[in-house]
Amino acid sequence: MNKIPNRQAICEVLMEHAAADKDIIVMCSDSRGSASLAPYAAAFPEQFVETGIAEQNLVSIAAGLASCGKKVFAASPACFLASRSLEQSKVDVAYSHTNVTLIGISGGVSYGALGMTHHSAQDIAAMASIPNMRVYLPSDRHQTRKLIETLLLDTDPAYIRVGRNPVEDIYMEDNVPFAFNKATVLSEGEDLTIIACGEMVRPALEASNLLAGEGITCSVLDMYCVKPFDTETALAAIRKSKAVITVEEHTTIGGLGAMVSQLAASRCPKFVRNLGLPDEPVVTGTSAQVFAHYGLIGEGIAASARDLLKKIS
Amino acid sequence: MNLKAKTFELRKDVLTLIHRARTGHIGGDFSVIDILTVLYYKQMNISPEKMDHPDRDRFVLSKGHSVEALYAILSDLGFFPKSELDNYSQYGSKYIGHPNNKINGIEMNSGSLGHGLPVSIGMALAGKLDQKDYRVYTVMGDGELAEGSVWEGAMAAGHYRLDNLCAVVDRNRLQISGGTETVMAHDPLELRFASFGWNVLSIPGNDVDALNDAFDLARRAKGKPTVIIANTTKGCGVSFMENQAGWHHRVPTDEEYQKGMEELEQRRLAAL
Ligand SMILES: [Mg+2]
Repeated sequence: MNKIPNRQAICEVLMEHAAADKDIIVMCSDSRGSASLAPYAAAFPEQFVETGIAEQNLVSIAAGLASCGKKVFAASPACFLASRSLEQSKVDVAYSHTNVTLIGISGGVSYGALGMTHHSAQDIAAMASIPNMRVYLPSDRHQTRKLIETLLLDTDPAYIRVGRNPVEDIYMEDNVPFAFNKATVLSEGEDLTIIACGEMVRPALEASNLLAGEGITCSVLDMYCVKPFDTETALAAIRKSKAVITVEEHTTIGGLGAMVSQLAASRCPKFVRNLGLPDEPVVTGTSAQVFAHYGLIGEGIAASARDLLKKIS
Repeated sequence: MNLKAKTFELRKDVLTLIHRARTGHIGGDFSVIDILTVLYYKQMNISPEKMDHPDRDRFVLSKGHSVEALYAILSDLGFFPKSELDNYSQYGSKYIGHPNNKINGIEMNSGSLGHGLPVSIGMALAGKLDQKDYRVYTVMGDGELAEGSVWEGAMAAGHYRLDNLCAVVDRNRLQISGGTETVMAHDPLELRFASFGWNVLSIPGNDVDALNDAFDLARRAKGKPTVIIANTTKGCGVSFMENQAGWHHRVPTDEEYQKGMEELEQRRLAAL
C-alpha cells in the first residue's frame, strides 16, 4: 500500500524546481504541516509566504505576487479555499488572470468525522463555474506529479483538489500515461462507460473488474481534468456504451456528473447515473466509511451499474 | 505643472464622461481625484510605454467604482487615446465601470471591495523578495473598510513590515446609504491602523500639497507600511454635489452638467 499522499507529491515536485526557479513561491494559510509543505518551507524560506488563518488574504496576496512575475502555489484546506476565498479566486486570480495555482488540500470528505464545516463537497461546482478557472482532481501521486510539472510550465489560473490520505496507486512510477487536459483511458469496454475523478478513480476501476467477471465490459476514464473537460475522449467512450456512470467525491449538483450528463444529453443521448454525495449533511465517519455508506466503493458502483443496465434493457 | 488646476481640468473630463454615458460614481471620483493626480503626475514612477517594466511603481484602485477618475488621468497621460473613452460603458466596450487590466495602465481588476490592499501586499512582498525599489500604492474608500479582508491585509502588511507599501483611505465619511459613522463606524481610524503596526498620516485629502508631502513622508518611513488617511469631501469641486450621499452615483441632468462645468472652470482658473 502506498504511503505517500498526493499533497506530498506536490511538495516534492515544487522542491525539485524551486532551487533553480526563484520565481516559484509557495503560500500557506496555517497549513504548512497539513499541506505536507513543511519540508519546502524549511528548505526555501525565501520562497515561502504564510498568511495565518486568512484565506481571503492568502488568495489576494497570491494574485499580487503573481502579477509581479511570481509562480504562486497557494495551499489551504479545500473546504475553506473554495468557499471562504471563492470571491478572491474569481476576481483576483481568474478575472485578473494571474499565475496562481490554488491547491485545495484535504478535499472532499477527507476530514471524516470533523463534519460538514470541513467537507468540500461543492468545490468543483464552485470553481468550475468561474470563467478562466481550470479544475483538476488527480487520482494518484504519480499523476499529481505530472500535473504539477505541467502546471509549472504555463501561466494560467488553476484549482487542484487533493485528498488528505495516501491513496493506492493507479499508475506505475515509470509508466504514467499523461496527456495534459486529456482524460486517461484506463480500460475500454462495450457495455458501460464509467467516468471518475480524484480518489473515485480507484473504486471505479474496482467496479469495472467486478463487472468484467460477470461479462459486463466497461470503459473507465480518469477525468482528472474536470475543467477543461475532455469532451472528445468522453464522447468517444459514451458513443460505444449502452449507459454511463459518473463517480465523484462531490455533490452530484454541478460537478463532474452534471458535466457528463450535459454532454451526453446534448451530443449523444444515453442514460447517465451520477454517483456522489447527497444534497444533505454527510454521514459521520472516516472517509472510507462515508464512501461505503453512499456506495462510492467498487461493489457499490458495480451494483449501480447492474441496476442501470437492467433498467435500460 | 499646476497640480491644483489639473485636478479641476480632470474633474471636468469626469463630469463630461459621466454625463455623456449616463452612468458613473461621481461623488467618489471627485473626492479621490486629488489623491490620484498627485500619485500619477508627481509621485509614481510609471509611464505608458513602460507598463511591463519590472521596476515600475504599482497602483491598485481598490475603490474600483471611482474608475472614471482613473480613466480621465490615464487618457490625459497618454496610456490610451482619449477618444476611446467615447465607448465608456457602451455595448462591447473594455472601458467598463470598474478597473479592467486589459486596459494599458491598469494592473489589476477591482470593483469588489476589500481586495486592493491584500493584492498590493502581494506586489510589495514580490518587491522585497526581488530586492527591487519600486513602491506599491492602493486607494481604498472609507465605506470599504467594513470589509474584513481589509483588516486581514492590515495585519499582514504590519507583520511583513512592508515599508514599500502606501495605502490611502479616501476618508469622505460618506457611503452609498449615508454617513460612515452611522452605517458602520471606523473612528478612531488612525488608532486602528496604528495598532496593526502601520505608520499613520492624517491630512486634508483634497489638498495636493498636503498629499504630496504625505507621500514624501511615507517614502522615508522605514520598517512599517504607511496609511494616509486623506480627509476628503465627497463630490469635492462642485458645491451642490459636496457632502451629499445622493451624489454617490447620481447622473447629472443637462442643467446640472452646465452648472457643474462652469463652477469647475472657475475653480480651475482661480487655481492658476
Ligand atoms: Mg466614502
